[in-house]
Amino acid sequence: MSDTGSRPRAGRGEAARGALLVGPPFLYALLLLAVPLGAIGLFSFWTQDYLTLDTTLTLKNYREAFTEPLYMQLLLRSLMISGAVTVATVLLAFPVAYYVSFHVRPERKAMWIFLITIPFWTSYLIRVFLWKVILGFNGVINTTLQGIGIIDEPLRFILYNANAVVITLAHAFAPFAILPIFVALEKIDRSLLEASRDLGETHVTTFLRVTLPLAMPGVVAAVLIVFIPTIGDYVTPRLVGGPNGLMIANMIQTQFLKLNNAPMGAALAVLAMAMVGAVSLVFLALTRRYLRGRG
Amino acid sequence: MGLRIYAVLYLIFLYAPIALLPIFAFNDGTIIAFPLRGFTTEWFRQLTEIPALHGAVLNSLIIAVSSAVIATLLGICAARAATRFVFPGKKGIMGLIMLPLVLPEIIVAVSLLVVLLQLGLPLGAWTVVLGHVLICVPFSVAILNSAFQSLDVSLEEAAIDLGETRWSSFRLITLPLVMPGIISSLLISFTISLDEFIIAFFLTGTDPTLPVYLWGQLRFPQKIPVVMALGTLLVLASVILLAVAEYVRRRGAARTGQRDTGGLM
Amino acid sequence: MKDTTGIDRPIIALQGVEKYYGDYQALRGITADIGAGEFFSLLGPSGCGKTTLLRTIAGFEAPSAGRLSIDGRDMSRVPANRRPTNMVFQSYAIFPHLSVAENVGFGLRRSALSKEENSRRVGEALEMVGLGGYGSRAAHALSGGQRQRVALARALILKPKVLLLDEPLSALDRKLRETMQMELRKLQRQVGITFVLVTHDQEEALIMSDRIAVMFDGQIAQLDDPQTLYRRPVSRQVADFIGVMNFLPAQAEAQEGRQVAVTIPGLGRAEIDAEQVPGGLHPGQAASVGIRPETMSILFAGEETERRVAQATVEDLAYYGDMTYYTVRMRGVDAPLTISMKNLVGRPVLARGTETRVAWDARSLVLFA
Repeated sequence: MSDTGSRPRAGRGEAARGALLVGPPFLYALLLLAVPLGAIGLFSFWTQDYLTLDTTLTLKNYREAFTEPLYMQLLLRSLMISGAVTVATVLLAFPVAYYVSFHVRPERKAMWIFLITIPFWTSYLIRVFLWKVILGFNGVINTTLQGIGIIDEPLRFILYNANAVVITLAHAFAPFAILPIFVALEKIDRSLLEASRDLGETHVTTFLRVTLPLAMPGVVAAVLIVFIPTIGDYVTPRLVGGPNGLMIANMIQTQFLKLNNAPMGAALAVLAMAMVGAVSLVFLALTRRYLRGRG
Repeated sequence: MGLRIYAVLYLIFLYAPIALLPIFAFNDGTIIAFPLRGFTTEWFRQLTEIPALHGAVLNSLIIAVSSAVIATLLGICAARAATRFVFPGKKGIMGLIMLPLVLPEIIVAVSLLVVLLQLGLPLGAWTVVLGHVLICVPFSVAILNSAFQSLDVSLEEAAIDLGETRWSSFRLITLPLVMPGIISSLLISFTISLDEFIIAFFLTGTDPTLPVYLWGQLRFPQKIPVVMALGTLLVLASVILLAVAEYVRRRGAARTGQRDTGGLM
Repeated sequence: MKDTTGIDRPIIALQGVEKYYGDYQALRGITADIGAGEFFSLLGPSGCGKTTLLRTIAGFEAPSAGRLSIDGRDMSRVPANRRPTNMVFQSYAIFPHLSVAENVGFGLRRSALSKEENSRRVGEALEMVGLGGYGSRAAHALSGGQRQRVALARALILKPKVLLLDEPLSALDRKLRETMQMELRKLQRQVGITFVLVTHDQEEALIMSDRIAVMFDGQIAQLDDPQTLYRRPVSRQVADFIGVMNFLPAQAEAQEGRQVAVTIPGLGRAEIDAEQVPGGLHPGQAASVGIRPETMSILFAGEETERRVAQATVEDLAYYGDMTYYTVRMRGVDAPLTISMKNLVGRPVLARGTETRVAWDARSLVLFA
């Protein structure tokens, strides 16, 4: 209608004001995030012997990480657990996001989203600890099941192992998965679904051919926002993981605070990030290809 | 219908752990397991008698308030720049600012630790604030982005057209309209900082924050009931803060006649 | 560019105003005077630069080249908040957190009036736009038409020398838009302030304006009063944008005096006045004539005329209730022509394929050469 929309706003003065405004948060992130991340990278090429830091650049830490079976085992297990958490969280979350977006009355959607986010904002530490209470030897599940006579012996496979870590993290990251999927579903023009039905598709095929592809950006965001942070989780494996559920973050913490070997910790941190980064990129490439193949 | 049942079950799954908190906080037994032993307020009473806890609470409050204020100020700058202006390198700059949202907290913690130790700076409450601001800013930006985005650019122009300066039109028009977002951002950042453990664990030095203190207590089984009582209070505080944030956001939306769209994030 | 209408006193003077956004040139040298007290419209399609020009006058865009003065004062160093202009925004930009009265009185803050004086002026302004008694309403609870009135009152309360209106009626439904067109016109006469209106709606511009600048591609194609603009468009582009016009290929030849001879295949030869060639004659170039649909007529059975007559076949028709638009094919003419006929009492609506006679008049031709 009017030419307001097409009018570019990028005058030189505007750009300068924008840059000035973004300056403080940018500088903050640069000095306290980018520089420290660079420092971690640099550190990983140094070595430490008790209190003396040797600043000659070397690949020794990485060599050790690749040859010492414990490190590799921890890294791979972290990756597996993160993957399992991601799959479980996103699969469990999708129907909920779908339900809220498509079946909840518009005026009640905000309430549902609020209900879903509340647990996320309560003390993480205490939530994880409570899972230990629920899953434990004398925990809620075991005492209840024994009480009603379904089992005689307490179930042992639900605490102090990777299963417990996956359950606990899937709980912790639930809103991170639900929200992006919900947002993507909300954006879908409902008449597209009617058009698909009008053109002869069933509810199921409409979901597969229209809803799901259009929700993919949200699913991709959910996957990344769950997968990347979980690899570095420290509290959950420590509290409910037992010896076989420990993850790389626990080792990083040990290197930094207990063994006083910051360079080795840094190398492990870099490796962990490189691995999630690589897996994430592969995942992005695959989904992009999937979406293009459809489009 | 099946979907609805599933959604309700999922909500139960989400709330199950928190629901247990008050149950054991008032349970008259030192072992956290069923069956329950009877009602007591003993654990809450004990909370009032632990000086170390009080120090940790005070420390956490100071850190949370500072982090919330600084993060929100930085968030206002970033969100306004992102929604209102085009400037070179915008994508990369905003990407870096939002990065802590996906970065594992332990990475943020150790990288800051390395730099601080190398510079020979002492750890303390202020180093925790540095880290917490970093992880709060993305949430603040996300909240304020939507606040700034729903603002018609013409509003400020109209104020300028009616004789106001750039700054006074920001103060008279933009600021009141994004105020609900600012309050939300303050409350959410406060909540995040208050609950955050890993960064505080690495950067706190000798004065523990509340979560760090809690972490230490979890090792002693006889202290668990007191932890449960403390947790109950913490969850209560979080829920109240969030409810206030949500209320402010909704009232702001209603007052300016905007359509109510979705939650805090 | 043509500027025929004499104006008493220019309030806005534009001289070679240009605007670049990076490599994109939004304004390509705008030169025009806008008279004091006149209702002036900037008319053109999306992206023609009309809004940019309006925002340049308001001070929200700085011209890349050229001069702008308002009331004899150069504006290059005067920021938007100190210009004697006020604006009605396309979105109305009603401050959602303020009441109607606070919105209308917003610009008075700087004048430090007494409380009584302030509310008296706000009350007057609201009366003026027909919103008396609405002062305490919440701004966001208003309807579209009411928001528009609040925006008007808010801009007029400062008694600007020029009121700028950026597509103020485009968000309203048709009925309300037509009412507001008449009201705006009345209001402008009443307050005597210069109104500069941006619109893409040619009908709106014709109805409301004293003069219209038609813009294409960052330039003013024609600046004239509505009648001249409609009857004597300087180019096919302008003619096409304003109303409907039929175009036929023609050969033109200048005659003695002010006469021009035109030969139109299928219609024959006609002599027209130089005034009917508003764009000027350019010998050697392909020419065409334009005829408005309402200046031709279908001759129904038995009707006779002094005008010239041609044979035609009805190819298609569109019945509008009060009017019927016929698409006819004339013998020897390549393109179909549109003819509009009023549906008077007793006048039939012809069926497709009917053979009929068409009357036309050389005086209504416009030549583009």
